[in-house]
Order: sequence, then C-alpha cells, then structure tokens
Amino acid sequence: MTLSASLPAIELKGVHKTFRVKGGLLGKDRHVVACDDVSFAVPQGGVLGLVGESGCGKSTLARLILGLFDPAAGEIAVEGQRVADMDRKARARLIQPVFQDPFSSLNPLARVRDIVAMPLKAQNSFDRGEIARRVDEMLARVGLTTEMGARLPTELSGGQRQRVAIARALVLRPRIVVCDEPTSALDVSVQAQILNLLAELRRELGLTYLFISHNLAVVEHVASEVAVMYLGRIVERRPTQALFHQPEHPYTKALLASVLTPEPGLGVPDVGLGDVLPDPANIPPGCRFHPRCPVAEPRCSSETPPLKPRAGGGVECLLVP
Amino acid sequence: MSALLEVEQLEVGFGSRTSAVRGTSLTVERGETHCLVGESGCGKSVTALAIMNLLARGGYRRARRLSFQGNDLLKLDDRGMARLRGNAMAMIFQEPMTSLNPAYTVGSQMTEVLRRHKGASQRAATDRAADLLARVGITAPGLRLGQFPHQLSGGLRQRVMIAMALMCDPQLLIADEPTTALDVTVQAQILRLLAELQRDLGLGMLLITHDLGIVARVATRVSVMYAGEVVESAATAQLFADPKHPYTQGLLRCVPVPGKQRQDEPLGSIPGTVPRIDPGFEGCGFRERCTFADASCAHAVPQQTAAPGHDYLCRLAP
Repeated sequence: MTLSASLPAIELKGVHKTFRVKGGLLGKDRHVVACDDVSFAVPQGGVLGLVGESGCGKSTLARLILGLFDPAAGEIAVEGQRVADMDRKARARLIQPVFQDPFSSLNPLARVRDIVAMPLKAQNSFDRGEIARRVDEMLARVGLTTEMGARLPTELSGGQRQRVAIARALVLRPRIVVCDEPTSALDVSVQAQILNLLAELRRELGLTYLFISHNLAVVEHVASEVAVMYLGRIVERRPTQALFHQPEHPYTKALLASVLTPEPGLGVPDVGLGDVLPDPANIPPGCRFHPRCPVAEPRCSSETPPLKPRAGGGVECLLVP
Repeated sequence: MSALLEVEQLEVGFGSRTSAVRGTSLTVERGETHCLVGESGCGKSVTALAIMNLLARGGYRRARRLSFQGNDLLKLDDRGMARLRGNAMAMIFQEPMTSLNPAYTVGSQMTEVLRRHKGASQRAATDRAADLLARVGITAPGLRLGQFPHQLSGGLRQRVMIAMALMCDPQLLIADEPTTALDVTVQAQILRLLAELQRDLGLGMLLITHDLGIVARVATRVSVMYAGEVVESAATAQLFADPKHPYTQGLLRCVPVPGKQRQDEPLGSIPGTVPRIDPGFEGCGFRERCTFADASCAHAVPQQTAAPGHDYLCRLAP
C-alpha cells in the first residue's frame, strides 16, 4: 500500500467563505455566509453525501474543493496536498467535477469526442494517438458508442449528455470526483442508469466522491457517510446507516420526514418547519436553525451549539446529549 | 351526474412533425386528485395545455369528447374559453417566477382575475386576495400584496400562484409540477396545503408530476403516460400494489426507497431512452425498451382490464 492510501482523499479544516453582495444604489452591501467553519475528512474510496436546502452552501463547498474559489480562512487538501498550492493542471489530474445540468455544462458547438478530449489536451503532455485511444476507451466505458463521439451535445438525450460529462471528468483518471446534483435534471428511469454507472466506476477505479444532492433517497443509496448542511454549517455528519436510522439533529429529522417515498396511503407528512425561511445574509444568533426548529427552547436563540462527537462524525445541537 | 372533467381520445400534434398526445382518455371527479405521471416529453403537460386550449401556435387538438361540468369544451370559442380559464378551471404552473408577471405587484395580479371574471370592485377583490393569501399560509398578507414577485422566495411565490388560482372559486385545478422547483421541505408544505384546500373546497384536481413519491401520497387515481399515451390507469393503491404495464413496473423499480435498497445492489433501471413519436406511429411506444416485446407489439396494442377501474395498454395478460 502506498503512503497516500492512508491519507484522507479530501480534508477540510475550518473552512470559511463569505460573499459580498452589492446592495444597489443606496442599499448597504450584504455579507452572505456560504461556508462557516466547515471541517471534515473523506477517506480514500468513500462517498460523502452532502445534503441541505438550496442556498445552504453545498455548491460553494464543491467549488472550494475544486479550487474554483479560494476560502477566506481554513485549509483544503486533497490526497494530502493543499488545493491552493496546486496549479490548474495538477488539480485537474486529481479532482474533477460532474455538474447538475448536462444541457448547460457541455459546449453546444463542440463534438462529443472533442469535449471528452479537452482535459487531455489542456495538459499539453499527451500525443494525438494517446488522446484518441483514451477518449475511445472512456466513451466505451460510460456506455457511449464511437459513433456518438461525432455528435453534438444537442443531438443527445439528457442521460447520454450526463454520460459525456462523466467521461470528460474521468478521462484524466482523477482520484476524486465532485458530483453536484448529477441526476437532478434527469428522469427517474435515466437517473437510475447514471447512479448505477457512477457506482460501478467508483468500485472499478477506486474513486472518492463528494456527492451533493437534495434527494435524500438517492444519497442513502450512494453515500457511505452523509453531511447535513444548514446556512453554511455542517450541523450533522454521520455514517449513512446511522444518520438514516437514528437522525439526531432536528433539521436532519425534518429533511428525512419530507422524503415522499412511493408508499400509498401515508399522506404528506407535516415537517413542522414553519414559514420562516433561512437567509444566509442574516444568520440568526445562537443555533442558526432555532427560528424554524419545532423543538427549540429559549436558550437555543442565544447559546451557540457545540459540536458533539459521534462515531464517524458529530452533531451540533444543544438539545441532544 | 357527469364527471367534472372528461377527456376521451385526445390527440395533440404540432404541425406534421410531432405527435405529442395520441389518444389519451381520463376523467377527473369532483373532490378527487387524478395524477398524470410520466417522464419528460411523454405529453403530460401538453395534455393539460390542450384541455385549457392554451397550446402554442401551430399546435392542434382533436378529441372524441372534451367536457367540463357536462359542457363541450370543443364547441367553445376563444371568448367562451377565456371566461372559464382562471375562473371555474384554474391552473398552477411549475415555475412561479416565470408565470408571475415581474412588473406588477402580487396584489394587482391577484385582483385582476376577480375583477375581470366577476366584475368585482378593486376593494372587494383586494379583500378576497388578502383572505386567500392568509388561507394559503402567508403571514402579513397586506404586506405581500404590495410586493413584487422577485421579493418573494420560491415557496411564497408558489403559494401566491395557488391563492391566485383560487380567486374565483374554481371547480377544477390543474397543477403542472407545482413543487418541482422547490426544496423538499417546502414541497411537503405546499402539497399538504393543496390536499387541505382540495378537501375543504371539494375541488377536482389534475396533478401532473414525474415524482412517484408525490403520486403515492396525494393521488386518488393515477394515469401513467408514456410516449403520448396513457399506458395504465388505476386507483393509487391498486397501481402501486399490482402494476401491469412493463413501463409502470420499470418506473417503480427505478425509485430508490430509503431503507429498502442495499447499497451494493444496483437500482432497477429502464434501458434506452424515450422514442420520438412521428405522426402515423403505430404500435406500442415502449416496445424498444421493453423486455417482453415481440413482433405483435409493432401493431395495434389491446386495452385490457385487470380489475374494475384498472386498465392498461399491453398485449401481456393480466
């Protein structure tokens, strides 16, 4: 076993990221907190599922790990190397993204072959024969025919486009893939094909995934551990089985309760979150979830919940032991 | 008494190129939720638009019967249809940001409906709008009436859409993917609200969705659409317990259910993709993806009955 096998594939320590939103002509600038003191490690070959509502900072976290944003504070390392210290080419060889919308993440004017070849060309270190060989191999691996390589993205279905995006992500043989809602834009029958493909590729190539999704049923199926994000903070992180069977944070419980499983007769659950919606530019004091929490106590609006360690993670809530 | 909405053998096409709906039949009774479920491009939204006579230019509709409260919608002219739309039959669309007018306040958009259809005064209309906003769970309705759509969150906008649809006491509500753009937590709230309103007001609802979880939880009756046809229709519990059409069976296997699947087992999936249906297409639209298909599937497909009220289009015996 090499030395790197014992290092975590992804490691975040105290990562912060804030965006300034212009307030317009007379308004004041607002500071939107996207990541607040985020720390976690994903082991080699693991799949961390990241869940939370829109605007909670999931995608910002993905872009920080990809090196597309610099953190305001904290350290991000992949395979033991600081992301900030790597140049673009080195980063591309190690970590690659698959985005949500295969309709806008592929260049509509480029042929599929050229889209998949782009990361290889950008490295400036592969000859033409090698590029052609690798592209063919990769297209076949994700279930696309050589003939499809000559087509434009607009000539493909949503599922086929997402296969192209996966081929492009894997053609440099990276170690880590950041999947940001990879199946949200797809139909259920196609979603299952893509999830199965991602699982197969991970097993065969020993990949590590950061898997972002708002669909908890999908996350339970693919992830080995799950982090629940709320207004920029990870409020609960546990191994998948533990989180789904004994969720501890009231927000995790509410998210799980909102999953509508295809079981007739159960009706629509009351998640009890009320109408107050979270505003990342105006984070409540104390526990940031308290205005929506169905079990909040008076102290929740003033005391900041500490991280309470659990096997394989932890939970940030004042009300759990 | 006739059903609230009756659609028989509806056909919709766009020019000579695409046949979007091929002989769809369905009924919506008062007080029931009929879910039309299917994947993108199967014709479910077009079915709704055809019922409301809102097809894009170049689209045509034909039907053996299309009636609302016993009245023939095919015989109505544009003005007659305009009198019904937003009045006795109302519609909620998927994306509330694009279906609300960004240049007008919530209040002016909501009151316009009532003033136009019922000739109500601005004052009476404003009162009703405020009542309905409160009814759909919006706090401080007075404040919201003066705001523009961009000042509201997605969940609030969808509540405004629902309140607006209720302005004229509709009998039928057609909701096209009303929660698809929302977070799961907000989705649950909106669906609860719709179910509650429907129960209290006795509305008939045609709910269009691709999400089998929503179908299972809110539908009284389900019609599964594939490639422009309703391939199976049954009471909800019956459909989930005993699906007959291979497409319905495949669709149900694709949905990951928490606690039911093992991680190392692949999810069920349906190989291939939805075909493009040209006018003149014959036979079963699913045959290219179906493991049970044989040569006879390229010809007319029999409609069979598995149980009273449970029909499906397939050669396979019940």
